[in-house]
Amino acid sequence: MTENSTQFAIQAKGVGKRYVLGGAEQQYDTFRDLLTGIMKAPFSKYKKLSGQVDEDLFWALRNVDFTIPAGQITGVIGRNGAGKSTLLKVLSRITSPTSGRVEIRGRVASLLEVGSGFHPELTGRENIYMNASILGMRRTEVNRKLDDIVQFAEVERFLDTPVKRYSSGMYVRLAFSVAAHVEPDVLLVDEVLAVGDAKFQQRCIGKMSEVGKQGRTVLFVSHNMGLIQDLCSHSLYLKDGQVEHYGTTSEVLPMYLSDGTEQRSEWISDDVSSVLRRVRLIDESGEPINSAGYLSSTFAEVEVCPDRPDSDFIVALRLTDELGRDVLTSWDTDTNSRNTRVGESYRNLCELPRGLLRPGQYFVTVMVRKLKHGYIEMIEEANLEFEVTNIDFMMNRERFGVVLPTLNWECELV
Amino acid sequence: MRSDITIIKPKVGWQSLDFRELWRYRELLLSLVMRDIKVRYKQTVLGFSWAIIQPLTTMVVFTLLFGKLAKIPSDGVPYPVFVFSGLLAWNFFQSAVSAGGVSLLSAGGMISKVYFPRIIVPLASIGVSVVDFCISMLILFCLMAIYTLPPTPQMLFLPLFFCGLALTSFGLSAWLSAVTVSYRDFRFVIPFVLQIWMYVTPVIYPVSFIPEKWRFLIYFNPISGWVEGIRSSVLGRDIDWAAIGISSLLTLVIAYIGLKYFERADSRFADVI
Repeated sequence: MTENSTQFAIQAKGVGKRYVLGGAEQQYDTFRDLLTGIMKAPFSKYKKLSGQVDEDLFWALRNVDFTIPAGQITGVIGRNGAGKSTLLKVLSRITSPTSGRVEIRGRVASLLEVGSGFHPELTGRENIYMNASILGMRRTEVNRKLDDIVQFAEVERFLDTPVKRYSSGMYVRLAFSVAAHVEPDVLLVDEVLAVGDAKFQQRCIGKMSEVGKQGRTVLFVSHNMGLIQDLCSHSLYLKDGQVEHYGTTSEVLPMYLSDGTEQRSEWISDDVSSVLRRVRLIDESGEPINSAGYLSSTFAEVEVCPDRPDSDFIVALRLTDELGRDVLTSWDTDTNSRNTRVGESYRNLCELPRGLLRPGQYFVTVMVRKLKHGYIEMIEEANLEFEVTNIDFMMNRERFGVVLPTLNWECELV
Repeated sequence: MRSDITIIKPKVGWQSLDFRELWRYRELLLSLVMRDIKVRYKQTVLGFSWAIIQPLTTMVVFTLLFGKLAKIPSDGVPYPVFVFSGLLAWNFFQSAVSAGGVSLLSAGGMISKVYFPRIIVPLASIGVSVVDFCISMLILFCLMAIYTLPPTPQMLFLPLFFCGLALTSFGLSAWLSAVTVSYRDFRFVIPFVLQIWMYVTPVIYPVSFIPEKWRFLIYFNPISGWVEGIRSSVLGRDIDWAAIGISSLLTLVIAYIGLKYFERADSRFADVI
């Protein structure tokens, strides 16, 4: 009995969290509608704001069960909207669950954001105390750790400067440094490591694994599969607010990466008269995929059925990263002198070469631009999504850039 | 310490305030108050003297307007001292409630990212007003010295009355801050109501100014007892214990309802902010 109860650090049973979504604002067509709308609005708004409307309910978490033993570093993975952040918010008591129960043993610190309570007008020193008290540290504790915190953040010279004069890097370093020194029994981390410069990120990761080695329990949410693999022995895979799988990282990660039902890795036209028939993303062996390692190629397979001569359409591919930046655009006419006949189906393959795309989420837009007298008459479009992972290589974080190509270097004696 | 188990479960219905937890977070309360005080006069030329200039200017304007022009009586006390003793109590109430009412909304970033007892937020915003009140009190003593008004034994009641006023402000702030999170309309309602509230409180006029027949009405205003009490205790006049009694009762009701409402709405804050 006693042995059993000292084992777990976090135990969740049937945890659910329901949100009420705010519906779209009412649209008014005429001035009269607008006037009556304004008169009625307070009543309907009151109902909505006080949660008396049943529609638009959304379960961000549903029936989540898991037990995390003390001292384990656990990665939480899942697509956007799978409930990862909600889970952290429930565990850190920021929001209370709608159902279920969680027990956490020991002192909990959550790092959902760095620099909570930081005030731009206060000095670095004042903000350290401010932020530390929010994270639940005692003043005496901060006094003892002040030197470490300042040293880790590398802000010694600016300790008594208002943080509004700090560079964004310094600000983030200081904020992370305070959080890293809380020394909780259970640490909940959201992707705050995505901040700061590469060198500092490296040190944060070092600090995290150090925390793990001290026998503390860490729950780490990330989209960076490489990091999850490096840091976490176990992983919790969330999907649609439920636990899809929970086990060792080496077991869970492949499941996550091969799970394609959620990502749009295939597009099929629902219009029989369209030129663009079908688009899929496949790997070298022709298998449909939604994620690929950095070191393997991805192909966009585009099936078209032309309704006009070759010269009057272009097949184009555009790649956008998760921040919405255009990475590249390519036209089939760049390399292909096609010879198609109207009404027959053709398969085009476009290779996204390996060793080029920086690990992350990408959006693929395949377009057929239909031309008339040299002008675009119409565009047909298919949108897909896939992920480049760094599961097959260790990414050096000092490399910057939108793309991560391997360039050829030569060295000769002069 | 390792055996401390935190239990997280749905919050349904009325919650009661966890005073032990609040005590554990006392340093956060202090930090927040210190932060707001430090930040307030940063990058101003006059700095802390603003805390003295503001109430003094109001006092001068009110003395000219209501004392000299409108000739409002002041029960035999020099009007400047009279109006200032009321103003400092009123200013405390006004600044505490207007800052407290929007306090949760302004702390939205923190609330959606870190856990701490939320009641600390309206509590801290009142802390700043307490400091202002103390400064104003010192000014009042100087003013009394100038007018050669001696200190009186009634002054011993001053802390008691001030606590009553602070409790009213806190209860009201807790409630207002919680409703403002859901219904932002209150951001506009609060300043407007406060403006009117000042004129139904004996700040610029004495209670004796109101016809005897209607005087009972002033007791329905929960803070009039405190404001009048603070003034009487400073100026060494008879304390109207009936008014204090009614105010105490109303204050307890307000504080209880405010806190209860706050704790009930607590679980929603992070979701709607």
